[in-house]
Formats: sequence, structure tokens, C-alpha cells
Amino acid sequence: MTTTLSNTQTSINSNTKISRRSFVIGTGSGAIGLSFGAAVTSFAALNATAQTTSFTPIAWVNIAPDNTATIYSPGSEMGQGTMTALPIVIAENMELDWAKCKVVHAPADPKRFGNPKFGGGMITGSSRTVVGYYQALRLSGLQGKLVMMEAAAKTWGVPVTEVTASMSMVRHAGSNRSISYGEIAKTAQAPAELPKVDTKMLKPMSEFKLVGKEVARVDLPSKVNGSAVYGIDTRMPGLHYAAVLHAPVQGEKAEKIDDAAAKAVAGVRAIVPIGGGVAVVADSFFTAQKARALLNVTWTNTAKGRKYDSDVAMKEFVARSENLGDAGVTYFSHGDAVKEIAGGARTFKATYTSEHVAQFTMEPMNTTAKVDGDKIEIWTPSQTVAFVVGGVAAVGGFKPENIKVNITLLGGGYGRRVEAEYAVEAMLIAKAVPGVPVQMIWTREDDMLRSKPRPLTAQHLIASVDAQGKLVGFQHRVVAETIYGRVLPPAFKAAGNKDAPVMEGADGIYAIPGHLVQQCLEDRGIACSFWRGVAPGYLKFAIETMIDEIAAETKQDALKMRMDLAAKSPRAQAVMQEVAKMSDYARPRTDGRALGFAFSDTWTSFIGMVVEVSMYQGKPTVHQIWAAVDCGHALTPKNIETQIEGSAIFGLSAALGEKLSYKAGEPQQRNLGAYTLLRAAQTPIVTVKVMPTDNEPGGIGEVGLPPVAPAIANAIAKLTGKRIRTLPFPESV
Amino acid sequence: MIGFTLNGKAVNTNAPTDKPLLWVLREDFNLTGTKFGCGIAQCGACTVHLNGTPTRSCVLPVSAVSGAQVTTIEAINASKEGKALQDAWIAEQAPQCGYCQSGQIMAAVGVLKEARAPLSREQALEKMTGNICRCGTYNQIAAAVVRAQKTLA
Repeated sequence: MTTTLSNTQTSINSNTKISRRSFVIGTGSGAIGLSFGAAVTSFAALNATAQTTSFTPIAWVNIAPDNTATIYSPGSEMGQGTMTALPIVIAENMELDWAKCKVVHAPADPKRFGNPKFGGGMITGSSRTVVGYYQALRLSGLQGKLVMMEAAAKTWGVPVTEVTASMSMVRHAGSNRSISYGEIAKTAQAPAELPKVDTKMLKPMSEFKLVGKEVARVDLPSKVNGSAVYGIDTRMPGLHYAAVLHAPVQGEKAEKIDDAAAKAVAGVRAIVPIGGGVAVVADSFFTAQKARALLNVTWTNTAKGRKYDSDVAMKEFVARSENLGDAGVTYFSHGDAVKEIAGGARTFKATYTSEHVAQFTMEPMNTTAKVDGDKIEIWTPSQTVAFVVGGVAAVGGFKPENIKVNITLLGGGYGRRVEAEYAVEAMLIAKAVPGVPVQMIWTREDDMLRSKPRPLTAQHLIASVDAQGKLVGFQHRVVAETIYGRVLPPAFKAAGNKDAPVMEGADGIYAIPGHLVQQCLEDRGIACSFWRGVAPGYLKFAIETMIDEIAAETKQDALKMRMDLAAKSPRAQAVMQEVAKMSDYARPRTDGRALGFAFSDTWTSFIGMVVEVSMYQGKPTVHQIWAAVDCGHALTPKNIETQIEGSAIFGLSAALGEKLSYKAGEPQQRNLGAYTLLRAAQTPIVTVKVMPTDNEPGGIGEVGLPPVAPAIANAIAKLTGKRIRTLPFPESV
Repeated sequence: MIGFTLNGKAVNTNAPTDKPLLWVLREDFNLTGTKFGCGIAQCGACTVHLNGTPTRSCVLPVSAVSGAQVTTIEAINASKEGKALQDAWIAEQAPQCGYCQSGQIMAAVGVLKEARAPLSREQALEKMTGNICRCGTYNQIAAAVVRAQKTLA
């Protein structure tokens, strides 16, 4: 444990500048705040800074004299509830009165607010926000409490061991005195060193007052009255709007631009070529769109993606997955799968496919930017500050210290806003009109044209059972377009060319004597990227339907077979048993309905799911979903329930009918109608049981997605005798 | 110059007559609660009330509202249905990302005004099926509609 100090000037509200003395704890190599280098300031220098209006005992909290606390929330809020989940961890451990807490988005400062699970970057994704910050925030909150207790004890001249803290107050029982944190803040001096804390000093789950209780999400009121500010709602004097005509295929560039007609439209301010597109800046987005329609652009015709036809690629991916001679990269290996398969009593083989799917965030990509000399300020609904700053610096030539990023609320993320190429486009446009704030908006059609879909995949599975029907060998071959290899090549190489976003969830807690996972990556010139529950969405679909098929073929109960496979994981078994109970799984359904089961263990959370399905005109109707979830410490149980439900519905939508196809490198579905999303009337009843255990919290935002498609497919098999091996499901089973 | 009543106040705009109401609201009146989703009247994020009826503003030229009453999410709490629905939305913790929820609430006000009998979950889902929520909050939305209707009964 190390302690560092920094003295920084940070703008908290747009109009209040306050002097901050920030204490940042490091917790070793995966530290919050990491190191400070030159920013570390001596205690004397800190004391020389006049205390003005408030006190910052830890970097995450600012205490005002009126006893209100402002808590900085580091994650991008995209509906997953991070603006509530992390602040209550601070409040819980610092003993803050939640009613007196205000939550604001942390400034874009990875040194202070970076996620340890992303190497200190401010990245919100892969269900790692609570997972990454949890312990550090608990310790930091505890330090904050101890600072307040020591300050009060010193004032009263009593030992700190005699005082207690709760509800933003410190009390000394012996003399019946109490003082609010706000009163302390008026006069408190920052200690030279923060109190030493370790995890043994943290309060146990049984003493939690906020964590695990019913705490309403802080972002709700603004989301029912229209006042919530998303990226597209950024407003400022003189704001202009930009529409971008993109090349039909990614990778192409504008060769010749005839913009005479567009320029002549009243209200057009500038036409800005930005490489893969041409932007129109105007006084209104409506004007910009009108003028864009008049642009006549000749594009290059050289991009690799031009040859991409997803139906053709799928056939090639399938063939490659079935070509056992193509070993690819070994992603996971346990025992000798090939030998176990050869020696098995009975072998099963099947090939599974999944089509591209779009994130379709309801708020399309947009960013507002204003260039002022060599400085730029950006307002963007991004999951990743690091990529915004990195992209703007690298492409725009801005020094990182001259880039100010404001993260707004996100109108959906689902992985699409991890990459930040849209923010880079806005920067290029703003750079061409210095001093003018420009809001670049992609229409839905633009957004779909520049989709960064989930990779196309083909998976070939070979499994063997012994004479007793026990799974002994499992070979899982995955052919997919790369994500890591394109987005983060150095990290990809450092990981031995293992593509974690494409393969996450392929291994798991099932104990199989011989288990081999092979990764065969593709690059067809079309950028594929993160999606809600990217890899487990297709990997668990294949694994969980294959196991179900084996159980049926070997006359075993599908749930019992999984309970046996999960023998070493009591947590996994517990969620399986619980969901069986919730759904009355043992009772066969009548009236043309059947139950399907599936399990998932990704993001260190465990989920058992049962669905009730019937068939109508060759299509499944999902009537009900039950899920039991163990995510360790459940910070916000009601929110966790809705995250599980929402991600299950997201997966249901995809399984039933989402498909983004490409011809000659162009997406064929550009808006609703062609691209179908699940609607209200198709929504099943969803019942989620959160089963907290005294373990570190697991991820939550994607957990309901992996089991839903295989559970439905398993129910369909019971009803029709047909095994579903494609995502989305066939038009007619 | 087009004149209409916006959230109870008489307003005028010099916007081109073919400019969709959505962009007039968002750009010219800074009422950003009404959202741009699909631009083809399929998702419902842009729903406002035109003379009291839920209407998609993304394809509605501003000329079409000349002399009419336009109400947006920012003022819907003035109606008893709007206020009851906003309270129910919070009670059911309906919003996740929240981007579609302005349009959902505007559509729900129309549903409650039209309803002649208590709505079941299934009926509420059926009535609300024109509005897309990508986060999957449909069950919470239906619960909020049912709850709000009860508080108004």
C-alpha cells in the first residue's frame, strides 16, 4: 500500500473552480490513481494552498461545509447503473449520509479515476466497472472515514479509537459530542499521509447499509422529464451541426468532391473532407443533411472490404471450422482432448454459426467538438476516454494535455462506444472551423453503414462421452473475425495472439478431462467490434446446446448432466438448483410448451436460466424467463435484476431476428424495418433472483445474454426434435 | 414564419417549412428531451403530442403544426397522466440508458387517455409496442403504465 498526494485544480461544475487537495491511494501494481510522478507535491506546498470552500479527504469525494458530499463516478453511464453502484461503495465505507450525496461524472483524468482492470484506463466495458473498482473504492472510502474521525478526535483532544462515524457525522460517546463532516471540512487540514488501511479492516457484508439494499438509481429523475443530457443534447452558443457523407465501403477515401451545389445551400458554413467521408457544417442538422444530399463524391475503389459478402464468408468460415488440420491458435487447453475424443464411447459433432449483429444504440453516434488554437474540447457519449484522447491526439496532432474530454450520458453503449472513431471525425470537422463548436450527428443510416458489428462466426464442436455418458473430451473450434488484433494490436501480440473479446467464455467451470479450444481468426477488411456479451453470446450458445443434445442422446437429464460437470463449483450448482426450483423445472409443460435450460459463468458471475417456449408457425414464442444469479456482493440488487432482464431481452431480440448482412462490403440493413428489434408485445415475463454471496462482485451488464439463446434452442429441440445451430434462429424451424 | 403553441406558450419560428418538428424543437427551442432515434417514425423516441395526440416529430414538417398545440416531455408533468406516469416510471425504476424514455412516456400518456378499462400487463405491452427500447425495459414500462393508471383511478 502506498500513498501519494497531488495538488490539482479541477473544474467540477462548469462555473465553479475550487482548490482541491487530492489524495490518491495506490494499491500496488493495479492501483487506483497509479503513480503520480512529478505531480506529487510536498505536504508543505499543499498546506500553502488556501482552503476555500470544501474539503477533499480522498480523490473520490468532496465534502462541502453544508455537509453535502459530491462523489465522483468514474464509469460511463449507459443504463447499467454505474453512477449509483460505485458511489454507494464509497458512501458505504466512508459512512456518508446517502441523502446528502450528489453524484457527478468524474473528470476525464485516468491517473486519478482509471479502472485497475483496464491498466488504469477510464474504460467502461466488458462488465468490468464494479469488478475493477470495488476493492479500491472500499479501501479509499474507509480512508476517507478515518481522515474525518482523526480530524474530529484531534479537535476534541480524544483518542481516535474513542470516536465513531456514521451518517456523515463523527461522534464521541464518552463526552456526548458529535460533529458533521461538513463542520470538519471547514477547518480540517489534510494529513501528511492517509491512514493505513487493508482489506481486513473493511466492514463485512452483514454490516452493509447501502450496498445490497434498495437504493434508487441517481440518474432516474432526469430520465423521465427530458432533462438528462446525452451527447446529442450538448448545447452552447454558436453551435453548428455536421452531417457526414461516408464512403459506401469502409477504407475507401474521397477521390473527387463536387460540392458546388451543397455549398450553395443557405446556412452551409463549410464542406470538410475527412478522408473516409465528406462533412457538411451548417446552422442546422436539417440544412446539413439537405446539403449532404447534393454532394457528388467519387470514392476510391481499392478497399479490401469491397470483396466482403457475409453469406460467402460464412460458407468459408464453416469449412475452415471443420478443417481439423487448421489448428489455429490454442486459446485454452486442459488434458488431451484429441486423445479423450478418440477413446470415447460415443462422439458428437456439430457446426454452429452466428451472423453479424449491430449494437443499434438508440442514440446514434455523435460528438460535439470545439477547437481553440492548439486546444480542443470534446463532449461525447463514449465508453472510453482513453480512445477519445488517443485518437484525437494521434490523428489531429493535439497534445494530450490540450484535449479536454467531457463524457455525457450514453444513449446505449453495448460495446459500440468503446472505439471512438466518431469522436475523431468530429475533431477533424471542428479543426476545419476553429472557434466554432460543431455537433456531428450520424443519422441511423450512417450509424448502420459504419456499423462495427459482432464478428461473423462458425464453430465446430466435437465431444465424446464415456460408456456412462460422462463428457470426457471436448474440442471447440472457433472461426471469427478478429477484434483485439485490429483494435489493440500490441496487446493482442503480447497476449500470444489470443483474442480475448472474441473468445471470452470458451473455457469455463465445467470439468472436462480433455478440453481444447482453438481460435482461427479472420480479417476480411470489415471492422468487427464489441457487442453486448460479445463472445459468450455465440460461444455459450454452441456449448450449452451441444451439452443439451448430448444429454438427450445419452438419455440423461440435461440439468443433472450440468450439475455433474459443475461439481467443483458450488456457486454454479447453487444457481442451477435455484432456477430449477423457481421454474418448477421437474414438471413437464403441456399445451405445446416446453422448458429449456442453459448456464453461463462469464465475468465471474454465475447464472442459471430456464425459458418456457411454444412454437407458432415455425417460430418460437418465449413466454417466460427465469434466472438465478450469483454475482458475489450484489451492490444494487434491483438494478442487477433489470440488467439481467435487459441483457436477456437483448439476446432474445438478436436470436429471434437480428442479422446484419454485407454485400460487396456494404451493410444491407440500414434502418428499422430491414433490421428488426424486439418490441414490447414480444416481451416474455422475466423473473430474476439475485443470490448474493460473500465474494468479490462479478460483472452484471451482460450476464443475462449468453444463456438465453441456448435455453430457447434447447426448448425448441424438445418441442420439435430439431436442433437449432444458427444465430439468429432460422426463419422457420 | 410559423406560429404554434409550444408547451402552453405561443411561439413563432423562422425555420424552413419542411424542417421536421423534431429539429425545430431540439435546435431552435433547445428542447432536447425529444430524441432522434431512427428518423423514419419507426422507433418512437421523437414522440410529442400534437393537439393532445402522440405524434412522431421526426417526419413531421414544422409547417404541419401551424396554429396547433405541441406538448413535449419537458411540460408533460402539467397533465395528470404525465405526472402519474413520471412518478410510476421512477417507482418501477424503468429507465436504463433512458434515451427512449421521453418518447415512451409521451406514448403512454396517450395510452392512458384512451384507456376505457384497467389495463393488464399484456395490454400495456401491446399498446406500447410502437416504441422501441434497446435496453429491454419493456416489462418495467408496462408495470409503470399499469401502476400510473391505478393511481389515477
